[in-house]
Amino acid sequence: MNDMRQIERAVDMKQTKITARGVQVYYGDNHAIKDVSVEIADKTVTAFIGPSGCGKSTFLRCLNRMNDTISICRVEGDILIDNEDIYDPRVDPVQLRAKVGMVFQKPNPFPKSIYDNVAYGPKIHGLARNKAELDEIVEKALRRGAIWDEVKDRLNAPGTGLSGGQQQRLCIARAVATEPEVLLMDEPCSALDPIATAQVEELIDELRQSYSVVIVTHSMQQAARVSQKTAFFHLGNLVEYGETGEIFTNPEDPRTESYITGRIG
Amino acid sequence: MTDQTASQPSSKHGSLLAVDARTKKRNAAETRFKAYGIGALLIGLFFLVTLLTAIVSNGSTAFSQTYISLDVTLNAEKLDPNGTGDRDEIAKVTTLGYTQIIAEAVANTMAANEIESPLPAGALPLMVSASAAAQIRDTVLADPSLVGQTVTFNVLASSRVDGYLKGRVTRESLARDRNLGPPHLDIVDQMLDAGVVEKRWNLAFITGADASESRPEQAGIGVSMLGSFFMMLVVLFLSLPIGVAASIYLEEFAPQNKFTDFIEVNISNLAAVPSIVFGILGLAIFIQIMHLPQSAPLVGGLVLTLMTLPTIIISTRASLKSVPPSIRDAALGVGASKMQSVFHHVLPLAMPGILTGTIIGLAQALGETAPLLLIGMVGFIASNYPDGLASGFLDPNSAMPAQIYEWAKRADPAYYERAWGGIIVLLVFLMTMNIIAILLRRRFERRW
Ligand SMILES: Nc1ncnc2c1ncn2[C@@H]1O[C@H](COP(=O)(O)OP(=O)(O)OP(=O)(O)O)[C@@H](O)[C@H]1O
Ligand SMILES: [Mg+2]
Repeated sequence: MNDMRQIERAVDMKQTKITARGVQVYYGDNHAIKDVSVEIADKTVTAFIGPSGCGKSTFLRCLNRMNDTISICRVEGDILIDNEDIYDPRVDPVQLRAKVGMVFQKPNPFPKSIYDNVAYGPKIHGLARNKAELDEIVEKALRRGAIWDEVKDRLNAPGTGLSGGQQQRLCIARAVATEPEVLLMDEPCSALDPIATAQVEELIDELRQSYSVVIVTHSMQQAARVSQKTAFFHLGNLVEYGETGEIFTNPEDPRTESYITGRIG
Repeated sequence: MTDQTASQPSSKHGSLLAVDARTKKRNAAETRFKAYGIGALLIGLFFLVTLLTAIVSNGSTAFSQTYISLDVTLNAEKLDPNGTGDRDEIAKVTTLGYTQIIAEAVANTMAANEIESPLPAGALPLMVSASAAAQIRDTVLADPSLVGQTVTFNVLASSRVDGYLKGRVTRESLARDRNLGPPHLDIVDQMLDAGVVEKRWNLAFITGADASESRPEQAGIGVSMLGSFFMMLVVLFLSLPIGVAASIYLEEFAPQNKFTDFIEVNISNLAAVPSIVFGILGLAIFIQIMHLPQSAPLVGGLVLTLMTLPTIIISTRASLKSVPPSIRDAALGVGASKMQSVFHHVLPLAMPGILTGTIIGLAQALGETAPLLLIGMVGFIASNYPDGLASGFLDPNSAMPAQIYEWAKRADPAYYERAWGGIIVLLVFLMTMNIIAILLRRRFERRW
């Protein structure tokens, strides 16, 4: 409990990275996100929890405009990153996604070599001036993805030939290779074993030093372990948002309490 | 113990060792279905074998041809009466002037092999192809010093003699023939024994030009093969980029609305439009409005491009669709633009499908005859080789399937064999294209 307190105090000083105000998302007629307003702090891990189908992924995908690729999806309201409206017509979603990286629920490495998987982002964003620099970026990213030791001898092997957990860590390495400022993770550990999960969690904790991390998870323990702030979604509504310690020990809303104690889900 | 468990099943499912009625029925249905499948396969295989046997047995003879080796005395009095030895002077003698020389050569050859015949000397050259005169004249013109010498020529036998060696022509069938009679065949028999007449592998069938109706022994598919080749170049270089670009736009970039739906439906419909409709469209637009030359491979290629585009677009879109969306998400997620995600990730994955679709479209176009009918590529005697790229695209030519159709139409039964032979050549091309498709597929798939 003591260290929870410490984290709380740390959070207070962090400045806001992402502000969402009155966000509504519709899939055709399906109202998937209902008037969600939230402030996500910089250099913090924020966890989204909630029962399946409540709109966690949908809201997460709003933050880097991945919903643009779904033609029936409509987003209303304001989402600001560093006080800039990311749905402003002048914003190029490509630039936005270089700043806001994403790790998907299902591992989706490119059907290319492990090296190329990680090197692709830095290459298209011109982060490396030469091969040596690129090698360095790739190694650093793979190390941060906690997978370097497993793949360092076979960087030219196909990324799709790795196990599910390794693939997911490769995807994390790929996402951090482009040096984003915000990292969105949609259930990054759902395909990982406890050891790999622990590694990824450690990694998330480390990423917090430099990024704002938003993670969707179904595991309460995970949310409690890695996050400083937690948002509980239910049926498209943001029911409760606050310090993780507060949410798990002393939830205000009865729905949050029943979910955490396992009564809805 | 075992007996006990079998007779007293402890669970409601009964013993696993006994097959119950439901399972039996299901297994029987499965067996029946497998039998149907194997039956269908066998029927298909039977037809395939029958077809191939028919094609090979009817067409393989087109690849060999009967030749007569004649000792031709190039009579200087006839060919170069003034004794100048000048090429231009010798060129004044037309092929008609060689008739007599050939007649003498046949008589001499017969005499040399002690072959006797009741036929008058004038009837003897009928065993030799009408092409022989031109062949001898060309040789003489190439080397005027041959005049006055006796040179051995391998000349084509006439199509009747060739037919006799291949079993198509018999003494009975010749009874009412005005050109050749049974006495000729007696000579051929003796010449065969003497080794003067011989059936040989005939490369000229593959490389040669078409010939007039009366000289089937000389006709080859080579020129129309070039016609097909130039047409395919046009089709490939127009339909592949246009088709792939259109598909990528429709599949990845176009907004989903009524207009794109309309286009989509129309492309599917176009794929089902009979090819002759494309032919008449080509006639109207390319020839009557744009005044492109008739019978030209360029026009043929344009028409076939129209025909191939829907096929390529449909298969390309299908293979783009089959690329999992998670790959696109992954690319967009690391900040790739739409264009980068398509060209770096989606297109390479769709490549095997696109290539297969393209090659199948090309193969279809290669075998297409009907539209060529309307733009004048059928009925044309493709007797001149194109002399360069421009003439290859613009000079009147035929195409392989059109040539085959043309041969099948001609009256002389010797052309029948050539039509089958042409089909073999066409099939070899189609099979080669399919093998290339498979190899390319493999090559691209190896890169996962
Ligand atoms: N591509 C889509 N098209 C239409 N509706 C969608 C789409 N994606 C999600 N939805 C709908 O939006 C709602 C929220 O879905 P979302 O995927 O955000 O849930 P989630 O909280 O991430 O669930 P889970 O925990 O199972 O991943 C659901 O009702 C779902 O049916
Ligand atoms: Mg989800």
